[in-house]
Amino acid sequence: MTALLEVDGLNKRFGGNEAVKDVSFTVSPGECVVLAGDNGAGKSTVIKMISGVYTPTKGEVRFKGKRLTGSSPEAVRRAGIETIYQDLSLADNLDPGLNLYLGREKMKRVMGIPVLDRAGMRSDAAKVMKGLGIEVPDPKAAVRELSGGQRQAIAIARAIHWEAQLVIMDEPTAALGVPEQREVMALIERLKARNVGIILISHNLPDIFAAADRIIVLARGVVGGSRKPSETTDEEIVRLMMGAAA
Amino acid sequence: MLQIGGASFVKPLLNAWSWLFLALILVFFEVYAQTQTGNTFLFRLYSIQSITIAASQILLMALGLTLVVVAGHIDLSIAFSSGFAAVVMALVINFVGSDAGLVAFLLGVVAGLAAGAIVGVINGWLVSRLDVPSFIGTLGTYGIARGAALIVAGGAVVSIQNDAARTFGNGDVAGVPIPVIVALALALFCHYVLTYTRFGVHTYALGASRASVERAGVDVKRHLMILFVLSALTAAAGGLVYTGRFSAGAANAGEPVLLYAVAAVFIGGASLTGGQGTVTGTVIGSLIIAVIQFGLVFSGLPPYWQFIAVGLVIIVAVIVDQSRDRIAGGRS
Ligand SMILES: Nc1ncnc2c1ncn2[C@@H]1O[C@H](COP(=O)(O)OP(=O)(O)OP(=O)(O)O)[C@@H](O)[C@H]1O
Ligand SMILES: [Mg+2]
Repeated sequence: MTALLEVDGLNKRFGGNEAVKDVSFTVSPGECVVLAGDNGAGKSTVIKMISGVYTPTKGEVRFKGKRLTGSSPEAVRRAGIETIYQDLSLADNLDPGLNLYLGREKMKRVMGIPVLDRAGMRSDAAKVMKGLGIEVPDPKAAVRELSGGQRQAIAIARAIHWEAQLVIMDEPTAALGVPEQREVMALIERLKARNVGIILISHNLPDIFAAADRIIVLARGVVGGSRKPSETTDEEIVRLMMGAAA
Repeated sequence: MLQIGGASFVKPLLNAWSWLFLALILVFFEVYAQTQTGNTFLFRLYSIQSITIAASQILLMALGLTLVVVAGHIDLSIAFSSGFAAVVMALVINFVGSDAGLVAFLLGVVAGLAAGAIVGVINGWLVSRLDVPSFIGTLGTYGIARGAALIVAGGAVVSIQNDAARTFGNGDVAGVPIPVIVALALALFCHYVLTYTRFGVHTYALGASRASVERAGVDVKRHLMILFVLSALTAAAGGLVYTGRFSAGAANAGEPVLLYAVAAVFIGGASLTGGQGTVTGTVIGSLIIAVIQFGLVFSGLPPYWQFIAVGLVIIVAVIVDQSRDRIAGGRS
């Protein structure tokens, strides 16, 4: 299978601090690559270079064979890479439908006047969420009234609805309770089943082993090791995170 | 106290509280007038015209402000964007001369709106490009617009003699005063923008999370610029109506209305933290204040009581807003 995303020799320097050094890996369709590593290891910096927030000091990102380096976050998103940030990028005071369509709202015409198609967006949202196995109790309610897991599902629904081929998630379960963490892990499985490539950042060993097809451990900005979950152990991953030589 | 049981019953009631409150004070003044004087308070053309004209003055200043507040910002400079517009309109009308009545009036309108827009552009630039907090930035332009208005007016009120302007401020169509028509038309426009357009959704989203809007690919700087220009323009429209009504442009035309405009927005359900508020709410808020103003005068109470009454209503509005949040489970 050809790689969906190729990350090739990325470097990022902040002043004198070399936060990321020569990081390379690939993601295939339907594959979940976990970026693991201690605080400050450079995980968020790597994904921000993919999503277009940071420009790498050196190195290249290719998506479906095309060079992506230097593109704006907008362009990256349009190319088919959706990034779900830790704060989810939801507008808490709007309903799921408006959040699903935020920035690309559906319009209709009433007596020739263009107006928002709120009902249409709402029912689309309910449909996508249902496909993810999530029933939203009140589709008109603001998303601040939903649980953390349901909110996470809206962010993921957004990726699915806009047909993202690669989804990047920065610690999606960090702020959630245990049952909600399970919901999110189930959502990740459904994304994989749709042949979507995933980059998941996580601190949590059980999550890492449950979701990953490949674990890439970052330590102080460099790739400390790349392992298949079936060929490694908790202890080894922790050792790699601490920066022990592979 | 309000969250004890029955929340689902109390919540819609709280959302409608401003309607109820408006009805309540109307009933209060009507009963008072009937029992004290034997006259009706509400059911006469003069009362209705006075109340709606006073309300439209507040509303014109509050309309653009509503959108600014929903986006999580504030615009204090409207107090003088309106006066600046009023003075510039009067000066242009005098400059063009009274021979060309309608032309002078129309040029005055354009010039007045342009003057207001300048204040809005400065606000938008301060807030969106320089990241100046809007409270501070618009407090600065409050002073600047005030000074500019007084300077161009030579420190005095600029009188005009223009029939078109006088009709604009004092005429009516089938009994409905023209200032009221202007305010309603602009209210309808702002309501459409806020509730039925992408721009409106992004305004609400901006009030909840700027990051959400930025990541959705919306040009937030441009959005903020438009909001502040809109706010200055509706306030300027208030200044133009003032010039028409009194055949004079005054630098401080809008100053006494600022407090009422801000109050109308918050009574109407907006929140200081942004993300909520509606144009219909602001319309009701303006009406509530206008009824209190006119009602107190009508009842023969010293007009100073209106300040206390409006102050109390603002405090009640904030308390209601907070209980509403508690019932909704609070903002996270
Ligand atoms: N914008 C920035 N300017 C300067 N230094 C930065 C910036 N962003 C990150 N860094 C530095 O780069 C290094 C890597 O940070 P990064 O946020 O990528 O770590 P992380 O692996 O995501 O950590 P965490 O698990 O805590 O989220 C840190 O030393 C951090 O201080
Ligand atoms: Mg991080």
